[in-house]
Amino acid sequence: MLALQGDFREHAQVLRDLGASVDLVRRPEELDRLDGLVIPGGESSVMDKLARTFGLAEPLRAAIRGGLPVYGTCAGLIMLADTILDGMNGQQSLGGLDIAVRRNAFGSQTASFETDLDIPALGVKPVHAVFIRAPVVETLGPRATALATLDDGRCVAVEQGNLLGTSFHPEITGEYRFHRYFLQKLVVAAR
Amino acid sequence: MVVMTESTSAEQFGSSRVKRGLAEMLKGGVIMDVVTAAQARIAEDAGAVAVMALERVPADIRAQGGVARMSDPDLIDSIIAEVNIPVMAKTRIGHFVEAQILEVLGVDYIDESEVLSPADYVNHIDKWNFTIPFVCGATTLGEALRRITEGAAMIRSKGEAGTGDVSEATKHIRTINGEIKRLSSMSRDELYVAAKELQAPYELVAEIASTGKLPVVLFTAGGVATPADAAMMMQLGADGVFVGSGIFKAGNPEQRAAAIVKAVTFYDDAKVIAGVSRGLGEAMVGINVSDIPAPHRLATRGW
Repeated sequence: MLALQGDFREHAQVLRDLGASVDLVRRPEELDRLDGLVIPGGESSVMDKLARTFGLAEPLRAAIRGGLPVYGTCAGLIMLADTILDGMNGQQSLGGLDIAVRRNAFGSQTASFETDLDIPALGVKPVHAVFIRAPVVETLGPRATALATLDDGRCVAVEQGNLLGTSFHPEITGEYRFHRYFLQKLVVAAR
Repeated sequence: MVVMTESTSAEQFGSSRVKRGLAEMLKGGVIMDVVTAAQARIAEDAGAVAVMALERVPADIRAQGGVARMSDPDLIDSIIAEVNIPVMAKTRIGHFVEAQILEVLGVDYIDESEVLSPADYVNHIDKWNFTIPFVCGATTLGEALRRITEGAAMIRSKGEAGTGDVSEATKHIRTINGEIKRLSSMSRDELYVAAKELQAPYELVAEIASTGKLPVVLFTAGGVATPADAAMMMQLGADGVFVGSGIFKAGNPEQRAAAIVKAVTFYDDAKVIAGVSRGLGEAMVGINVSDIPAPHRLATRGW
């Protein structure tokens, strides 16, 4: 669990409830023993700065290139995107997902909302999704696959090999299916 | 007769989950007071998780006196235009029209704040009436619960704003967390009495007794001036920190702001905190809370 800033405790709780053993990561030397990483919701520009200042960004990029399974929600999705639109000046991502993400795509907090999404990959029961100053996937490259879209067609969940990203926050709604889906990737990757 | 029902796929705005959710995303972060777009730029560059737009920092409000009100909409617009991170702004306690104005300006969070002059000495704003979320100050658990009952989606312990003296912030976060711990050890018959004493609904009190925490995010504010102050608040159980006058009333705001951000992330690592505390130049001069006559203490505003 990347624990530089944001709602990492909520993610850690969901993962522990599903039987995973969770470490909070803030330093490069803590990356070595991970089978997978979750990047939480929070402020992506702050995570980016702290990751670079404390020497985490480069090792993380290398780990992602090397196939480390990573799941990012909201700010975490931005961190995983190859391209950030409307980012802060000089903002960098870790990359990995062949997508362009628009930061804060809906506007100010009064435009934040919750809604139900149909996500066939997770079963017939819709996913109740909370969008908070959320990003959307504006361009989907050939290597990435859309998992969920809003009614207007905008993509809000993607998958690419060992990487998973959502614009919304399953960790605060009691929705466990994304984390379970991600943990299955870890098990496969570990084989 | 046509009955309108809300379809399950309809988008829902301004729900408690959405309001409280933004505060969840700010956790482990620093929210900085700024009075100009240039200061907002410095704050964002230093790693602030949000900025609080206001006309005068608390230290100046204290020094200059007079009635302190909501900021000029032009100032707020200029700060919103400058940064990508969330922008908060302050309304006077009970001034629901200032809050209506801030909502249409498109700020992300409203602080119903004791730092400004109260507009109503009886009622706080009915925050359920708004789509935009509110943060409110509290010195005790009872005060926090009354604000949550009125619809606050985030609580900040008050401290004593504009002093650079962290002692009141310490007192308030310790008080709130201590009272939560006490609730956790109570039986149901005792919780009924506790609810009465806290002047808060029984259901909310019972929920906190069973979860051991507030249902909303709890930040600390009021007197934080150094990286060590900020880390101490985190070790005492705060989810994050507001820094008001402490940054832009200090010698080297850029460096101090960045140092406080790092100290909050590594709040439990004294080596990192020692490292970022070096060479920051002069901290805000400040004023000891014990030297401020009781009627001039801001924390006593709100009830």
